[in-house]
Amino acid sequence: MSARESLQAAAAERVLIFDGAFGTQIQNRKLTEEDYAGDLGLKADQKGNNDILALTRPDVIEDITRAYLDSGSDVISTNTFSANRISQADYAAEDQVAAINIASGKIARSLADEYAAKDGKPRFVAGAIGPTNKTLSLSPDVEDPGYREIDFDELTAVYKEQAAALIEGGCDFILIETVFDTLNAKAGIMAVKQLESDLGRDIPVMISMTLTDLSGRNLSGHTVEAFWYAVRHANPVTIGLNCSFGADQLRPHVQSLSSIADTLLMAYPNAGLPNELGEYDEMPETTAGLVGQWAQNGQANILGGCCGSSPAHIKAIADAVEGLPPRAVPEPSAMMRLAGLEPFVVAA
Amino acid sequence: MDQQNSSARFINIGERTNVTGSARFKKLVMADDYAAAVEVARQQVENGAQVIDVNMDEGLLDAVHAMTTFLKLIAAEPDIARVPVMIDSSKFEVIEAGLKCVSGKPIVNSISMKEGEEPFLEHARKCMAYGAAVVVMAFDEVGQADTKERKVEICKRAYDLLVAEGFPPEDIIFDPNIFAVATGIEEHNRYGLDFLEAVREIKQQCPHAKTSGGLSNLSFSFRGNETVRRAMHSVFLYHAIPAGLDMAIVNAGQLDVYDQIDPELREACEDVILMRRDDATERLIDLAESYKGKSVADEKAAEEWRGWEVRKRLEHALVKGIDAHIVDDTEEMRSATADNGGRPIEVIEGPLMDGMNVVGDLFGSGKMFLPQVVKSARVMKKAVAHLIPFIEAEKDLLPEAERKAKGKVIMATVKGDVHDIGKNIVGVVLQCNGYDVIDLGVMVPWPKILEAANENNADMIGLSGLITPSLDEMVTVAEEMQRSEMTMPLLIGGATTSKVHTALKIDTNYEGPVIHVLDASRAVGVASKLLSDTQRDEFVGETASEYEKVRQARAGKTPSVLLSLEDARANYYDAYLSDKPAPPLKPGVHVFDDWDLADLREYIDWTPFFRAWELHGNYPAILTDEVVGETASQLFDDANEMLDKIVSEKWLTARGVAGFWPCARDGDDVTIHRVNREEHVVLPFLRQQVKKSRDRANMCLADFIDPDGDWIGGFAVGIHGIEPHIARFQEDKDDYSDILLKALADRFAEAFAERLHLHTRTDLWGYAPGEQLTNQAIIKEEYRGIRPAPGYPACPDHSLKPILFELLEAEKNVGLTLTESFAMWPTAAVSGFYFGHPESQYFGVARIGRDQLEDYAKRRGIDLATAERWLRPNLD
Repeated sequence: MSARESLQAAAAERVLIFDGAFGTQIQNRKLTEEDYAGDLGLKADQKGNNDILALTRPDVIEDITRAYLDSGSDVISTNTFSANRISQADYAAEDQVAAINIASGKIARSLADEYAAKDGKPRFVAGAIGPTNKTLSLSPDVEDPGYREIDFDELTAVYKEQAAALIEGGCDFILIETVFDTLNAKAGIMAVKQLESDLGRDIPVMISMTLTDLSGRNLSGHTVEAFWYAVRHANPVTIGLNCSFGADQLRPHVQSLSSIADTLLMAYPNAGLPNELGEYDEMPETTAGLVGQWAQNGQANILGGCCGSSPAHIKAIADAVEGLPPRAVPEPSAMMRLAGLEPFVVAA
Repeated sequence: MDQQNSSARFINIGERTNVTGSARFKKLVMADDYAAAVEVARQQVENGAQVIDVNMDEGLLDAVHAMTTFLKLIAAEPDIARVPVMIDSSKFEVIEAGLKCVSGKPIVNSISMKEGEEPFLEHARKCMAYGAAVVVMAFDEVGQADTKERKVEICKRAYDLLVAEGFPPEDIIFDPNIFAVATGIEEHNRYGLDFLEAVREIKQQCPHAKTSGGLSNLSFSFRGNETVRRAMHSVFLYHAIPAGLDMAIVNAGQLDVYDQIDPELREACEDVILMRRDDATERLIDLAESYKGKSVADEKAAEEWRGWEVRKRLEHALVKGIDAHIVDDTEEMRSATADNGGRPIEVIEGPLMDGMNVVGDLFGSGKMFLPQVVKSARVMKKAVAHLIPFIEAEKDLLPEAERKAKGKVIMATVKGDVHDIGKNIVGVVLQCNGYDVIDLGVMVPWPKILEAANENNADMIGLSGLITPSLDEMVTVAEEMQRSEMTMPLLIGGATTSKVHTALKIDTNYEGPVIHVLDASRAVGVASKLLSDTQRDEFVGETASEYEKVRQARAGKTPSVLLSLEDARANYYDAYLSDKPAPPLKPGVHVFDDWDLADLREYIDWTPFFRAWELHGNYPAILTDEVVGETASQLFDDANEMLDKIVSEKWLTARGVAGFWPCARDGDDVTIHRVNREEHVVLPFLRQQVKKSRDRANMCLADFIDPDGDWIGGFAVGIHGIEPHIARFQEDKDDYSDILLKALADRFAEAFAERLHLHTRTDLWGYAPGEQLTNQAIIKEEYRGIRPAPGYPACPDHSLKPILFELLEAEKNVGLTLTESFAMWPTAAVSGFYFGHPESQYFGVARIGRDQLEDYAKRRGIDLATAERWLRPNLD
């Protein structure tokens, strides 16, 4: 069975659990510049370059991943949100991109296999690809709305480099996450398609959008429905929402996506909204109660956490959804579904 | 599919951002004036283009640069970028450059087999990788397809290749080439007809694929003669849409309404397009001469009103129901009023009320129709909503007593009833006419109605109800008003109410004026007379004596002769029982959690929909009715537009249940024997008792069931999920959409009942597996078997619903509940029994005698008083 099929098979049995935040967990460990930099000899300070820890303090990443697996995660992600050429340029670490992703993939892979061997339950590894800090749809210059900092082909190449390394490291899926710009996601999809054609095999993608306002649009302005129609050609193994605001505010948008998406739905919101100090203080039970509701309503297949979530949150979510039937994937009729910023369905 | 229904789903693709289609756009792009070019796109979308076509194929342009520049610019404009883009070029490199700039899911226009299969598939694969739908031109290695046969053959070949490649068939759009007709060259005469026939054939041979065409080619030989070109395009679409054309690249603002084209010109165009006469071309050319040079001034007139003085603009917006500029105009009026030392309330009392008075006058004189009035009300509400903060900020609101409303009306749907479409319509009409309406909602118990009337110092009370038990509740309200010695007028309205019932049962219980209001259009007349110092007494007196006459006529009338129950039973309907249907193929209870709304849409019976809006006439004739046709068509378009959203955005969920049980007739009862259940369920039915002429039977539903064993069915359907949308519309002060959605939900419930009955006949019960009926035939009930509902003439006792619901476990299975008067919740719901006997038919039980009432009470296991209450409409 391919990874796509076994994820689908597992998800048909029960609600699966994703992992939670890495950033918060790393922060709590109060690492020093030495921890980050290791002996790589890079020209810039590395403190804050969380992704490079896969090379310099792999034990930290392993520790956190283990904590999530112990909390019940079925799907774990690599700590590679910023492990792309664009983001690593901030740390003068562009030439580490391949190494970081391969190492991260290997850490997650070996832990997933270890846990699967222990209890016979399959574990999956999602190679995480963040959106980068460049956007294909918007101009950073208000005076010149037609200007773009980067073009589609460049971004596709950046994504492809990262995706290839993640796959080499042993990831099952490429998770294109926190999509604030739909066109960036489409470049990510194109990168994976090119990689598929290079490797001559299916590389399933997971796609996860992030909303920037309560009306349910991402930064490039797409509604949840329009987003789904714009990326559906990727035949993603999961579609979903992450980050955004807390689960409470995300609820209506999960609901509308759930009713139209003919694939597994994965949602991993932040642990509430940050307080005045920028800290997330939503209790694990609160988060679990909110996302558990989606499972109860049959609206989600895979649940996890994003910013502010901890292994305790994941454990609470796993407990909350235990025994609940998973969302049934709908089978929408064949209709032409187009999208601008808003969906446009041509009636049959 | 009929003309009107299909055109509502037709897609207009804006062509003004196409350098080959618009000289102005070309000029702007050539001059690098992209800011102005972006405005062209904005206008397109504002004018209703649902997709915008962008084409930069011009020899002197760097098309890749122009395409990407323009697409990036419109991406920054949310008003434009909300609709999908059609990337249009004959060069694939331009298309691919465009695909890299478009963030949604666009359409590529076009690819073809011009250079053979491999390049064609290569392009198709790229479109798939970027996530785009694609237009495929009917073009192959030999050339562009001109005949019907070539068009169909090429499209089918392309379709098979694409589908084999994994291209989603629903993302394929064929363009079978619209060529110029009436060119004087004989071979061109067939081009119009060939296209139409090819479209029909392609749709059949290529499931899920769509068709499209560029319309302007058609009339190429009449360049410069705008009138003829518009007429040709409109006539062409009129025939192409029913043939299956899904979309066209067209200037939406430049199409005429088919019916409004000069009939002579229309016929000439039709002759040309459909090749109906040999001399069609000559005749059209001759005729075209007379239209030459006529300008297209109408278009400008459409926007001209924006230049008028603000009061006139407000009036225009109210009369036409245009809400686009109402907030700006209201604000302009408010600040002008303030500059002159006036107060914000004066904007309402002055210009806005003046405008609404014009609306009221037009409505009163039959020149405007209800849907238009409701739209006007929406505009009014938005204007008032804008002013409220200013009025409140003023903090010197006039004392309540001095407010200048014409009168204050309390409105309510009575306890036990949940239907409110009619009540809302009356409320809107009254508000439009300056009345202050306090709407208490649905299921309102009498104490609340009386309390609200007293607290608000109301001028009158309006009661509404749809189901028959509501008639009784209205009597109760009248009695209670009498008990508390009220004197204010009581208005009665709703589908089951009548002048007779009002005169006999309500008027006699209340000494104040009681008026039955036949429909919403009478509400204002009645209200204004009741509040007029000069007309009130006369009106009240006239009505009272009219009701007295009704009562006398009723008393004097020899009531129809009733047979004794025994005699009526002896004259039962003798159905040929050997014809009874075979047992169901799938007995037991079947639950449908989410029936496809797109499917149900096909079963909508539109005539009652128009009736709900007080537009009388049968669908589809009503759309072309001389008097109400225009309004009906507009309403129909709005309804279809909302239906598109309801279906595609899944606003509603259709839940239904059907069940079949073995049973036997036992006198007038049908006894159901459920598997593994000891206790039987008894369904008591009522029998006609009125003496029949000649040899007609005194029917009872039980007559259609075999005493020696038979089957009966039951069903309940409900439409869920309306609440958030209603809340949204109410938030938006959009009564029009609110009423529209409720009316559509009702239609969905009825359509579902019809659809489920079909499914029952052909599949679940399966006694008519090969049934093939058109929707029209289904509406006319030309099928075998009936589905009478409790509370309706054949089975008038609403109280059978709880029994039916229990059999079906309707609450658990469909989420339907019953009020104490047996109204279903949610409101858009239908339930009933299935009888499968070929002779089963609908009838009305009508009046029954005391003997049957007593017998029924016994059979039903209830006391006589309860039975009397439930069956009151059928008693003397």
